[in-house]
Amino acid sequence: MSFITGVGLTSYGKHEGSSSLDLMSKAAELAIADAGLKRSEIDGILCGYSTVSPHIMLATVFAEHFGIQPSYAHAVQVGGATGLAMTMLAHHLVDAGVAKHVLVVGGENRLTGQSRDASIQALAQVGHPDYEVTLGPTIPAYYGLVASRYMHEYGVTQEDLAEFAVLMRAHALTHPGAQFHEPITVADVMASKPVAMPLKLLDCCPVSDGGAAFVISRERTGATGIRVRGCAQAHTHQHVTAAPALSELGAEIAIARAKAASGVAISDVRCAAVYDSFTITLAMLLEDLGLAGRGEAAARVRAGHFGREGAMPLNTHGGLLSYGHCGVGGAMAHLVETHLQMTERAGPRQVRDASVALLHGDGGVLSSHVSMFLERVR
Amino acid sequence: MTDKLADWTRGAEAIVYQSCGACGAVQYFHRRFCATCGAPDPMEKRASGTATVYATSLVCRAATPETRAHVPYNIVLVDAAEGFRMMAHGDSDLAIGDKVTVSYRPFAGRLVPYFEKT
Repeated sequence: MSFITGVGLTSYGKHEGSSSLDLMSKAAELAIADAGLKRSEIDGILCGYSTVSPHIMLATVFAEHFGIQPSYAHAVQVGGATGLAMTMLAHHLVDAGVAKHVLVVGGENRLTGQSRDASIQALAQVGHPDYEVTLGPTIPAYYGLVASRYMHEYGVTQEDLAEFAVLMRAHALTHPGAQFHEPITVADVMASKPVAMPLKLLDCCPVSDGGAAFVISRERTGATGIRVRGCAQAHTHQHVTAAPALSELGAEIAIARAKAASGVAISDVRCAAVYDSFTITLAMLLEDLGLAGRGEAAARVRAGHFGREGAMPLNTHGGLLSYGHCGVGGAMAHLVETHLQMTERAGPRQVRDASVALLHGDGGVLSSHVSMFLERVR
Repeated sequence: MTDKLADWTRGAEAIVYQSCGACGAVQYFHRRFCATCGAPDPMEKRASGTATVYATSLVCRAATPETRAHVPYNIVLVDAAEGFRMMAHGDSDLAIGDKVTVSYRPFAGRLVPYFEKT
């Protein structure tokens, strides 16, 4: 058994003068305090990577910087799925008795620490060095390819995709830490600059500075326990050229395994936090996970289904699209927000019922997937 | 081990793929073994250069000075007649399902496969 006992999150956007280690430290401090623990009680550390400050041993660089000497530490790299993959590993580590309190941390000064071109260029390297990167694609182009095919097969339109950007922005308006606070409309998304068609600027998450952290513990440390009920992964390919058919992508495999591992059904889920690097990512994942019928996710957005007051509140902090995306920390903000919702500390964003949550992360080009169910125990 | 045939990734006007003598699988990314069954030394073959468009994305925002000079350029995934999928460039007005044929064009200091309607 494992519990998420504390969470920490910085605002996303510009943190001029902060290094990746600074942002990781800030988030870690918040998470440890939130768990009601002392630094010395942390005996395991899992951290992600930083494209701005790459290092072959980032976990121990961080541990030394932060001032702890854990009995278990290393970095994890699964692209956008890293945060949930680390949480899954921490869950198994504490469950197996390897550690009592594992700190999971990610943070990066991706916006102010390097140029946008450098970020775009660094991320494009998830492509095949000989057969893809030489053709000049970008991450939006990899997802643009997937989007064109998905739209073709399921009759999804660019206006449908725009709905997800509008929804995430509406949610970000209610979170002071979000990168964007100006409301947008479907027309604004449609009129935004083309990036990699069919994806336009407002279909894409921004580049951000920020940090996020959690503590995963064997026993709960507060009155309300947020338990990891079950989780699973699926990895079907790395490069978009080698991706399986749309009907055989990893999200469907991961969620099926997570359901089997937890005994939770989609009908038990009360709120969701799903990876949203691009509008197409969110649309596809919602449908792959069974949170909407095939080709029907946009209609559910229009009907208010995924809003704070809806039947399945989704990414109530604004997601990667509008809270921001600082690399590994990006999707960790989804878990922080879910924890705040489940412990009824989300303030004006609080949803009615957050007793059971579904989280899903995606890394690469829909290459690596992690699905996780959390439940509240009193 | 069959010698690696020169292809566009090495500056030649050719698309090369591999075909497994043991299980018959074809693969596009070059390896010394078949990724389907593990048998060594798949045969190297030159593709015909005819294909069907699987997906497209017109890149309008590039990240390097060399690629920016070509904006907009259409990145396509095509299904080759021989049964493998590959990434390439293509005409901007290509649609999914179009039958296409390859030629080769300069892009950012190298030669890349470029597909046009057959």
